[in-house]
Amino acid sequence: MSISAYDRVKTARDNKRPTGLDFIHGLFTDFLELHGDRRFGDDPAVVGGVARLEGRPVTVIAIERGHGTKDRVARGFGSPNPEGYRKALRLMRQAEKFHRPVVCLIDTAGACCGIGAEERGQGQAIAENLTAMMGLNTPIVSILIGEGGSGGALALAVADRVWMLENAVYSVISPEGCASILWKDAKKADEAAKNLKLTARDALTLSVVERMIGEADLGQPPFYARLRAMLSRELTVLSEQDALLSQRYEWFRRIGTAEQEGNRDT
Amino acid sequence: MSILKFRYNPKNELEPGGRSAAPVQQDESEPERTCPNCRKSTPVSRLWANQNVCPCGHHFRLGARQRIGLLADRDSFREMDAALQSCDPLRFSGYEAKLESARLSSGEAEAVLCGTAAIQGQPCCLFVMEPGFMMGSMGTAVGEKLTRLFEYALTHRLPVVGCTVSGGARMQEGLLSLMQMAKVSGAVRRHSDAGLFYLVLLTDPTTGGVTASFAMEGDIILAEPGATVGFAGARVIEQTTRKALPKGFQTAEFLLEHGFADAIVPRSVHRETIGYLLALHGEGGSQ
Repeated sequence: MSISAYDRVKTARDNKRPTGLDFIHGLFTDFLELHGDRRFGDDPAVVGGVARLEGRPVTVIAIERGHGTKDRVARGFGSPNPEGYRKALRLMRQAEKFHRPVVCLIDTAGACCGIGAEERGQGQAIAENLTAMMGLNTPIVSILIGEGGSGGALALAVADRVWMLENAVYSVISPEGCASILWKDAKKADEAAKNLKLTARDALTLSVVERMIGEADLGQPPFYARLRAMLSRELTVLSEQDALLSQRYEWFRRIGTAEQEGNRDT
Repeated sequence: MSILKFRYNPKNELEPGGRSAAPVQQDESEPERTCPNCRKSTPVSRLWANQNVCPCGHHFRLGARQRIGLLADRDSFREMDAALQSCDPLRFSGYEAKLESARLSSGEAEAVLCGTAAIQGQPCCLFVMEPGFMMGSMGTAVGEKLTRLFEYALTHRLPVVGCTVSGGARMQEGLLSLMQMAKVSGAVRRHSDAGLFYLVLLTDPTTGGVTASFAMEGDIILAEPGATVGFAGARVIEQTTRKALPKGFQTAEFLLEHGFADAIVPRSVHRETIGYLLALHGEGGSQ
């Protein structure tokens, strides 16, 4: 029996699944959280700070859904506000200044849909992260660990390496949203999920992510040890690369160029 | 003080022999359009003579070619990548038929037109999104056309003027659409790093993934009066927050008030304002 795309969505959203903070504590040592965007406030849906990865100083940024009802409510269920993305950007610029690589851990249903978020420029905050990350002169590795909801996820995923856990999903819109817009029926979410090609294997086939990470022992020390070793190796490779920014550009530049007709026309 | 002069004397009529083919004549049988703002009906030809702006000030939506006609100097627009269009990369249920009908109804191959143009004699790259094509949604072809335009502008050291109209990323192309936000942003960044000027004109509606990428990345961001501009859809926000939305929420005026647009510019002075800004940025700068 095969696992359907919508089953993966449910797995990715499972409350028992390890969250961003669990990954931070599993992968890194000496994590010190750094708060605030220095402009408006501190968004608890985004957790960022400095840490060590096998001794190497890194900046780590995670979207945190929270554990338990109270924590989840306080963290806006992991849907960041503009100040969350601006905090992430502040920490990334700090990492660039001090030549630290950046590791982003992504798990969000999407950027917060709220009155305040619009008043404070949710679109502008995400847009600024996209352009800033395209030019951030330090290695960035982004890992989709659960849900990768649209622009709210992409705002932390303009990276040199984009990895995805086996049961994570990455999509332009939630399957429920897609079904209700296209077919006026949110119950057709499973069909939408299948059409959207949002599983890790799909993303790998579409060359949108570079690597799929198996979930054996997910959340257990052997899992984190495996991922830590992978990350550490990759950061070494990236730190020795001189054409980092042009390679990052080219990675995104080639996506969706072969899919059109009339390519030769000018 | 020339900029102030044209601001206070908006030129509503098209120039004689100008860019609109619509005849200004009254006819009993002539269709009328009812303004959603003042509820009054106006004959289509009168609206046309007024650049599709109701006498009350409401700006009706414009098709991409109509807008290019109003904005660009006569016969100056040279379209690029005109035949480039999305196929159906994900084999998404019903998408092919939808593309077909969008092409038929809009007469365009895709949801954005790109090319070079002159605005008041100032050479530039110009993109204008097409509301009649799946509400200007961004799929791979739109992303590719925009990226090529910014790359062309970079090579030829030209400024870019962009008019946005979009429901956001095109969901029928899934992740590939989402990635266009990053791809276009990368091209905008390279263009910007070279010291080149990018002007955005937000028009009704600009939402979702387009607001969260190149619509908000301009050096100067202008908006058409009353245009809806936002990230999340108003209905979605209402449903999630279960709160009544404030009056004028997600309008151009709301953006201006909260600091996310530089100025609201009525359609009658788009050409003059954009022409002025292009000239200003072409002087003594790196262009």
